[in-house]
Amino acid sequence: MAPRGADGPPLPGQPAGRAMSTLARWFHRRGWRDLIIATPYAWLILLFLIPFLIVVAMSLATRTPTAPPFGYGGENPVLNFRGYARLFTDTLYIRAFVTSLMNASIATIFCLLLGYPMALGLTRVSKSWRNILLMLVILPFWTSFLLRVYAWMGLMGRNSWFNRMLTDSWNWLVPSDWAITSVPMMNSNFAVILVTVYTYLPFMILPLYASLERLDPQLDEAAMDLGSRPWRVFLDVTLPQSLPGIIAGGMLVFIPAAGELVIPVLVGNPSSPMIGRIISDEFAQARDWPMASTVAVALLVLMVGPTMIYSRYQQKAEGAGSGEEKP
Amino acid sequence: MTRRPVFLITVLCFGFAFFYIPILSMMVYSFNDSRLATVWGGFSTRWYASLFSNRQVGAALLLSVQIALISATMATILGAMAGIALARFRKFRGRTIFSGMVTAPLIMPEVITGISLLMFFIMLAQITGWPGQRGFTTITLAHITFSMVFVTTVVHARMSQMDRSIEEAAMDLGSRPWQVLKDVTLPVISPALVSGWLLAFTISLDDVVITSFTTGPGATTLPLLIWSKVKLGVTPDINALATLIVVTVGLCVALAGWLMSRAERRRLAEERLAYRAGG
Repeated sequence: MAPRGADGPPLPGQPAGRAMSTLARWFHRRGWRDLIIATPYAWLILLFLIPFLIVVAMSLATRTPTAPPFGYGGENPVLNFRGYARLFTDTLYIRAFVTSLMNASIATIFCLLLGYPMALGLTRVSKSWRNILLMLVILPFWTSFLLRVYAWMGLMGRNSWFNRMLTDSWNWLVPSDWAITSVPMMNSNFAVILVTVYTYLPFMILPLYASLERLDPQLDEAAMDLGSRPWRVFLDVTLPQSLPGIIAGGMLVFIPAAGELVIPVLVGNPSSPMIGRIISDEFAQARDWPMASTVAVALLVLMVGPTMIYSRYQQKAEGAGSGEEKP
Repeated sequence: MTRRPVFLITVLCFGFAFFYIPILSMMVYSFNDSRLATVWGGFSTRWYASLFSNRQVGAALLLSVQIALISATMATILGAMAGIALARFRKFRGRTIFSGMVTAPLIMPEVITGISLLMFFIMLAQITGWPGQRGFTTITLAHITFSMVFVTTVVHARMSQMDRSIEEAAMDLGSRPWQVLKDVTLPVISPALVSGWLLAFTISLDDVVITSFTTGPGATTLPLLIWSKVKLGVTPDINALATLIVVTVGLCVALAGWLMSRAERRRLAEERLAYRAGG
């Protein structure tokens, strides 16, 4: 990442690298440097790394009726891989992983289908409108996540005005034998996907907007001048250039959506639980710490690929446009 | 391009309706007189009245704000340190692990962070006897940990945009490192510190999942209270509470945005003046 804003007058004869090391030496001599590094480092080792390693170690323990409910060895092997074997044999886990990945993928696609034209639209409105609309995109992100899920519970319920409106329009459209009393929206995968799209849409719009905003409008005009139709301009010019933004935004939705807990608990189908709910239930209700940890490790392993894709394309999305301009 | 992008504007309108209709509907129904949350039974403010007389809600709000204030402040200090370390110190032992540890919590599913911290606290209590009971302290420690990495991201981004020659100039003029930090670096990154603090504050105030794993008897934050009620279904008093929260947060964010853009405009104007005076 090239430092932006480094356009001030450069100091004569001093490359930035050397300047850096003088500053770093100063800090070092006074111990500031060590303090600044060591404090957050120690904090994260204690409260992030060690707890994480506990999960990994727990996934190889054996469940016991003691408190806390785990142990190593005894009648069982010291490192117990049975949990990992169960992941592949017990259909509960396989189904939960499939449901989670499906719901997350479908939600990501709908976020893209709705978020892309919104982001593109944001780049086309006037500057003063744009700031207000961007604020309106970000605002739900600051308000409570839980309450945004709750807002949809109110809309999807059997007797809500929204559900009655949908029911009435359906009954008006179809022959009377197909008439329904309400649309069964709550406690389904449909509800999970809808609410996921609703809550994660800003995560899709913002990176897309960032990558679309940097595109040079002259490229569009050039393609138009050369006789391309607007649709072809979009497919051949705009879309390929915004690909890093699409992938970054997509992963930003997909990764948390796959591990989501609040949405499936509140609006999901209890008979086909998602993986986040499995982890929580195994841990809190079944008190099977080793199995909960095994499922957690499996989820993290599955997320390694998308995360690597994300970090690669995020850098591309940020790097695009900057540093390539001619002086 | 002079053509009006009709399609894009239509989708924008639909998108914003999608964003705001559920929230507006919730707000309207908070003034519903009926006990049935989704059936309209006339206008009433009684759910607000019952909310204000509910001590549980007040206590939960107080606890949430206390935790959020402490954890946002600690997270800003620790997160800023980590951001400065990553942006300014190119080489130190374990830099790779460090940068991994400030990125991983951002994408770690909350439920995994939750169970990992709960198991950590339980084992720590077994070994050292502390924490004897989970509650305020364990929730705060958890919140500091997962919100500090957001501050780090914000500070790191600001630091890598910062003109390093200012720090260098201050060094050349004989400033001590802590003076450079205090008089140059911190003022420059202060907008990032403010937005980082606000981010950490709202994340803490909003968290349900990690809090539900790290809490103990008697420590019910506002989101936990809402969570326990919402699991049972839609109720009119939660509509009222939600409306108050959404309106408060909305006003705060709008105010903060306005203040920050004003400060930014002023800074730009001052810079322009300074350039003009200098050149």
